[in-house]
Amino acid sequence: MIKILVAVKRVLDFNLRVRLKPDGSGVDLANAKMSMNPFDEIAVEEAIRLKEKGVAGECVAVSIGPLANQETLRTALALGMDRGILITTDEEWEPLNVAKILKKTVEKESPQLVILGKQSIDGDHNQTGQMLAEILNWPQATCVSELKWQEEECLLTREIDTGLEVLAVKPPFIMTVDLRLNQPRYATLPNIMRAKQKPLSIEPLLNLNNSLTPRIKRLKVEPPPPRNSVKMLKTVEELVRHLKQEAKVI
Amino acid sequence: MNTDLLFKEEERLVRDSIRHFVDEQVIPRLQLAHRNEEFPVELIPQFGKLGLLGSYLKGYGCAGLGAAAYGLVMQELERADSGIRSFCSVQGALVMWPIYTYGSPAQKQKYLPQLAKGERIGCFGLTEPDFGSNPAGMLTTAEKTAKGYRINGTKMWITNGHIADLALVWARCENKIRGFLVEKGTPGFTARPVKGKFSLRVSITSELHFEGCEVAQDALLPLAEGLKAPLGCLSEARYGIAWGAVGAANAVYHTALTYAKSRIVFGKPLAAHQLVQAKLAKMVQEITKSQLLCIQLARLKEEGTLEPHHISLAKMNNARMALDCAREARDILGANGIIDEYPVIRHMLNLETVNTYEGTEDIHRLVVGAEVTGISAFK
Repeated sequence: MIKILVAVKRVLDFNLRVRLKPDGSGVDLANAKMSMNPFDEIAVEEAIRLKEKGVAGECVAVSIGPLANQETLRTALALGMDRGILITTDEEWEPLNVAKILKKTVEKESPQLVILGKQSIDGDHNQTGQMLAEILNWPQATCVSELKWQEEECLLTREIDTGLEVLAVKPPFIMTVDLRLNQPRYATLPNIMRAKQKPLSIEPLLNLNNSLTPRIKRLKVEPPPPRNSVKMLKTVEELVRHLKQEAKVI
Repeated sequence: MNTDLLFKEEERLVRDSIRHFVDEQVIPRLQLAHRNEEFPVELIPQFGKLGLLGSYLKGYGCAGLGAAAYGLVMQELERADSGIRSFCSVQGALVMWPIYTYGSPAQKQKYLPQLAKGERIGCFGLTEPDFGSNPAGMLTTAEKTAKGYRINGTKMWITNGHIADLALVWARCENKIRGFLVEKGTPGFTARPVKGKFSLRVSITSELHFEGCEVAQDALLPLAEGLKAPLGCLSEARYGIAWGAVGAANAVYHTALTYAKSRIVFGKPLAAHQLVQAKLAKMVQEITKSQLLCIQLARLKEEGTLEPHHISLAKMNNARMALDCAREARDILGANGIIDEYPVIRHMLNLETVNTYEGTEDIHRLVVGAEVTGISAFK
């Protein structure tokens, strides 16, 4: 049986409308409802399914962020993960640094499979999994929409521009998951209560030899421009005139 | 008001998990269920799997939730429909809780695990056609026989009655009120649906008949003696109703708010008109107060100092509050407020029942009145 590590991120709840800080430095998260990144929920669900199928043994969830991230990890434990690790930091890290921090956890925990959401719905980078694979020098399958676990190798289907691509990968490997891989379950009430007893360790973020220097500088965060109201046109002539004079496309 | 901060992490987790389930699996079925006067029985196995039934009991496959977490479950269920919450209230607070509290070890082993999974459905027979607010006057009797008891009488307005596998029936026995567990199919026990309801149409309501219904000695709940036993069950259920009403009020408030912001009247959103804003602000004010009342109720329950008159105050206040919110929301929606495309009219009709059942608003006012004056107006 393999050991699985799943990375989970705490993000602004997907139902909420994003508010920006007045100074344009970022998103205003004060008193906002936070939830597990939806793609990470799919990653957690897949790990639990592999455990239920007898493929996986221990399933560990890891999160990087402030102490409030314990709630996100507790959700993962309520869904069925066995153990949680919180690496505490108040800073927001760019994908490469997240990958570097996760690499340390992978080295310590020695999982044969690391599952991540293909991206988080806040930064939308779609980079962390790929970067982690690179610095670990592990094979990777990204944006996986179907998984078949066989004796020695795993068949992973990816949705790509030209259709479906199937990869055969042997553990250890990195997998990032897409929307259609599974339908996450609801945490049952008995499992939420059991999750309180499951181990959740809190570790400080290590300096990693000062290698976590930010490379990306955020200049400004702005809301998308408001959409102009729609103009209803009555005749084709009117449309042609608008396309020529206002839109200037013909 | 950030009332969220008054909940513990695990309580929020419980609420969010049930909220997701309710949004995705329950609410989409309700328009038709209400129109067709049908309870969505296909949800029962899911209720069992999620641990919604008897969720605050310990052992027997139950989750062992704290009082606030249990209350939040009721709140989220009633955000969908009072009938959905009623189903879970009856199963958990009126059937499982009395077996758990007043039952023999054998009765607990036999019934609780199946009731928790939703494999058996229970109902609670206290109210009679002529005795609602005054259960002490009940006419149903249980006479001692050589092998057990013979039950005679009629019970009315019984939620889940004709789909129940197990009825907890209260009857006068040797001049005391006692509880009996009567299984479906016992000769002399029949149940028939109450139709034509304009409220709680999603809930199953029945009339139970007992005509020379013979049950064995072990059908008796050994530890339930006197009217205080069924009243204890009602306290449990009313606690859940106080929370549930907040859920129904939330549902109608959010519907009205969304509607008022998007509907344009006299060239601006309905929500930009002062009279409409006043209505919305009043709803938020009342919902917030009711929620705080519930949180205090939960903390008292957790420390074991909750008294029936506390529950009366909250049930009375919150059911009336939700009904008032629903009527205001109905008004804000205008003509759309009377059509089942929106949940408002359904909640409004349901809340007429919620304000009446499990102790009417007036009866609870008299319970509080008796507490503050020291004089009972019932006697």
